[in-house]
Amino acid sequence: MVAITEKTKPEYGTPFKANWWARAGWLLAILYVFYAANYLDVSWTRFISGLSNGAEFLGEMVPVNFSRWQLLVSNLLETVEIAVIASAFGIVFSLPIGLFAARNLMPSWVTWPARIFIALCRSFHPVIFAILFVKAVGFGPLAGILTLIFASIGFIGKLFAEAIEEISLKPVEALRASGAPFISIIVYAVVPQVQNRFIGFSSYQFDANLRNSTMVGIVGAGGIGGTLFAAFQRFDYDFLAAILISIIGLVMVSEFISLQIKKVFQ
Amino acid sequence: MMSEQNRSSETQPQRSLKIENLVKEYVPGKPILNDISFEVQGTSSVAVIGPSGTGKSTLIRCVNKLIPPTSGNVYVSGENITPLKGQELRKARRKIGMVFQEFNLVERLSVMENVLCGRLGYVAPWRAWLRKYPAEEINRASELLESIGLLDFAHQRADSLSGGQRQRVGIARAIMQEPHVLLADEPTSSLDPKTSVEIMELLLGLSETHGLPLIINIHDVELAKRFTDRVIGLSKGGIIYDGPPSELSNDNLKEIYGGASWLL
Repeated sequence: MVAITEKTKPEYGTPFKANWWARAGWLLAILYVFYAANYLDVSWTRFISGLSNGAEFLGEMVPVNFSRWQLLVSNLLETVEIAVIASAFGIVFSLPIGLFAARNLMPSWVTWPARIFIALCRSFHPVIFAILFVKAVGFGPLAGILTLIFASIGFIGKLFAEAIEEISLKPVEALRASGAPFISIIVYAVVPQVQNRFIGFSSYQFDANLRNSTMVGIVGAGGIGGTLFAAFQRFDYDFLAAILISIIGLVMVSEFISLQIKKVFQ
Repeated sequence: MMSEQNRSSETQPQRSLKIENLVKEYVPGKPILNDISFEVQGTSSVAVIGPSGTGKSTLIRCVNKLIPPTSGNVYVSGENITPLKGQELRKARRKIGMVFQEFNLVERLSVMENVLCGRLGYVAPWRAWLRKYPAEEINRASELLESIGLLDFAHQRADSLSGGQRQRVGIARAIMQEPHVLLADEPTSSLDPKTSVEIMELLLGLSETHGLPLIINIHDVELAKRFTDRVIGLSKGGIIYDGPPSELSNDNLKEIYGGASWLL
């Protein structure tokens, strides 16, 4: 009982080793955040003065102006069309590309090109892709569709490949032993193990495509983004508010739909 | 099932597996299997026993080239399997049924789909994908499921079954291949003692009705002695006992497994 108050050392040394490298790393990260904030002139006073500007801006948004609703609806439809077409093609393309990138099923001369292609799709933000495609195919929805197809392949392809790499290879072994051709092995032993996750990735990416398709219009690749940007530049803040509200509505509806889709496939 | 038995006995006088001077080296110069030779014919059953890591699983996988052997030959009903590649190897594998320790079923597919997996080597991929199997194969799968008492479970997912039931499905899948030889890699190691006996009885019974030689890797020496009519003892990559279970002495077991403290 007395021993409790005394400071005793464990007989066999401390059970957990201190990792000084990790501690030094954390310290460096924290110091860098302060340094960068100082360097970029991020300060409390600027934030406070910005708040009043923001309030003024919000004030000009009301009352919301829905008088040009026809333009709004046609823009929204174009946005949805871009997202749907891009998702459909993106999903179809990312199936084989993801499969080719799976290192547990494919030889390295197949996985490397597939993995490099996926890495290229992921290396640029959709805005950069959109700028490139507007230059390549001109203004309009086609540029937006191409942008989002590549974004979809980058996301679904990578996650799909990882999902395949995590499957149990036991059924694959059994079907190889029975003399099944490679395609049948994929269909019977691989697809059932990854199907649900693939549907999950796809519906998530459809969500992302819908949000991104509202944005590609800013650089002229079709959809509601173009109108949004124009409203900004003309200080049409009441119409801008109408656009923002419709985008929020659109995203919420799609969220609801993808939730229902996931329920069906659970 | 009777008709199939007749058909097979007409076309194939006797089914056999012959292993000839089989060597497998994962690291050059260090063979895990060294010069293994034996032959099994007709409905005879062989238990392969030996300590863990002695190459029992490797041996059985060298038969169907899931693991390519370093040298030696494997003959299934007289056909040399070892030099085959690609399409020909696939066709040869259909003649070799295999049963696994952990069943290796596709958990998310139904029992019926798993049993029909045994026909994938025969059915074109697009037909398999659309589940358009020939009617007689579906009938045969149903008969097989009925004979192992699982017809009521045909449309349930494989992962809803118990261990013993799953192993039965695994065995039915192998039988669907119409194999010439049945390999079993520790088929009872994941099962309780009672179920293990039932699975052994099933394997032996199917070997009898289909005229199949049976090779079983097994850890349970008592089970091996009770059910099979020949025991092959492997140790350090070589066969050090090959004979009837009745003549397998404690001295033999000591030599196979090393040490004696585990013997009663």
